[in-house]
Amino acid sequence: MELIRVSDVQKTYKTGTVALYDFNLSIKKGEFVFVIGASGSGKSTLIKMLYREEKPDKGSIIIGGINVAKLKNRKVYVLRRKLGVVFQDFKLLPKLTVYENVAFAMEVLGYDKRDIYKRVMEVLSLVGLKNKVRQFPDQLSGGEQQRVVIARAIVNKPKLLICDEPTGNLDPDTSMEIMKVLDEINAMGTTVIMATHDRDIVDKMKKRVILLDSGRLAKDIEKGSYCNERF
Amino acid sequence: MRGFRTVSRYFRDALHGVFRNFSLSLASILCITITLLVVAVSLILSSNVEHFSDSIRKDVTVVVFLKNDTTSEEVEKIKSELISIENIERSSIEFKSKTDSAQELKEGNDIFSATVDTWTDDTNPLLDSYMFKVKDIEKIDDTVKQVKELSLAKDKINNINYGEDIVHQLIIVFNTVEKVCVAAVIALILVTSFLIANTIKLAIYSRKREIEIMRLVGASNMSIKIPFVLEGLFIGILGSIVPILVTVFGYGSLFDFFNGKLFGSSLAMLVEPMPFVYEISSILIVIGIVVGMIGSYFAVRKHLKI
Ligand SMILES: Nc1ncnc2c1ncn2[C@@H]1O[C@H](COP(=O)(O)OP(=O)(O)O)[C@@H](O)[C@H]1O
Ligand SMILES: [Mg+2]
Repeated sequence: MELIRVSDVQKTYKTGTVALYDFNLSIKKGEFVFVIGASGSGKSTLIKMLYREEKPDKGSIIIGGINVAKLKNRKVYVLRRKLGVVFQDFKLLPKLTVYENVAFAMEVLGYDKRDIYKRVMEVLSLVGLKNKVRQFPDQLSGGEQQRVVIARAIVNKPKLLICDEPTGNLDPDTSMEIMKVLDEINAMGTTVIMATHDRDIVDKMKKRVILLDSGRLAKDIEKGSYCNERF
Repeated sequence: MRGFRTVSRYFRDALHGVFRNFSLSLASILCITITLLVVAVSLILSSNVEHFSDSIRKDVTVVVFLKNDTTSEEVEKIKSELISIENIERSSIEFKSKTDSAQELKEGNDIFSATVDTWTDDTNPLLDSYMFKVKDIEKIDDTVKQVKELSLAKDKINNINYGEDIVHQLIIVFNTVEKVCVAAVIALILVTSFLIANTIKLAIYSRKREIEIMRLVGASNMSIKIPFVLEGLFIGILGSIVPILVTVFGYGSLFDFFNGKLFGSSLAMLVEPMPFVYEISSILIVIGIVVGMIGSYFAVRKHLKI
């Protein structure tokens, strides 16, 4: 079943840079998709349009029945509740503890305190941080901070998890641990899209790979790897 | 029930927000405190200036000189007619016979006193008179005209004196002073609102990430705005506490210190502290709350676009 359909999308920034051209893409429910390409090839632009941080100037993006390209500013939350987002730079609130950072995502949706506690502890043990709930972000390593972000992204049980270079600031071993967590989340049924330029990860995971080149979709390979691409 | 719980949670979260970002909140609170203090002082000053000008205006007296052949029945009749004129302050109507006036003249000046002593009832050149004050000084010309049109006026009123020239100048000066005061206070309130709104904008700017994350995890724009607007409410209340205390206790003791009047003059009476200080306080807290809430609203809204 199709979860995401991107049709004829074009994105031009105010500066005049065209970041994506005639872009078409279809992603099925439950898939794990890598988006790769050189720096500046448009990976982040594609990701941002999926969670409607940016709007395409042409074409349509349908996610789970919502036309993201036409979504009104005050309706964006409807889309955001269906997906989780993970960034390279974490975006944690420094004054909140690990627990509070994750719980924050449920609080703003108005969940009951008891439900929040149960679910937050559940996801924190899934990402292996059950013993760090009271720490503050600056008391954690980069890998641990990224797990908190992943926990926050999945705490509301989204159908889709979008990651932009989640291992960009991490060493190889930590990166692989993060990938294990993402793979587990994917195995539980969540569709995962991840932009990266980390070859090792892509090669090891043997997932679908979408290669961007200067804003165009250059290749779309099942069980692909980085090695056989030249750019 | 669920609705009530949501509302009370919004309030709790907002209070939480104020204290979680206390250094930022403190900046906004201090800004409100300082600017409201200035507003309080200017409100108190301009109210008192208005009060002075009011009491001076109220002191303007119209003197109606009666002809010598006016009988005592006619004097009474004139009084009853004066009472019926709307703009005349009833309680201020006072009859002064020419003998009283001569006595006053004698007591007031040594040089006159010898002259006055030579006067008898028949040679006394002064006239019986009525004196009164008006409620609205702007209408004083009309009121005097009404007096001149009384049934007995033609035969029994000699002339009417109320220092027209000075009164007219007084009206112009006080109208200008009042307008300047009102304009100054309004300008000050606008500047204050701008300063407060700007401080709040900066405070909220540094919480951009918090807003971004709220949006990212699916909070609706409305549910993001509400806690910030409520925080604005609390900051407005906290910021008006000191200015209100200063107004209530400061003005009260100032009033006592001056015994209620400046220069010991009964024309420069200060405004009675009650309920004046409470009126000023309500203005202060309303400014604090309204500007706090509106400032927060627009500051958050800026971060909710796209
Ligand atoms: N906010 C922006 N304003 C203007 N140009 C941008 C903006 N973001 C990205 N770009 C440009 O769009 C192109 C694609 O950028 P991006 O999607 O970030 O690539 P990637 O994530 O693959 O490195 C680049 O040329 C970049 O300079
Ligand atoms: Mg990027």
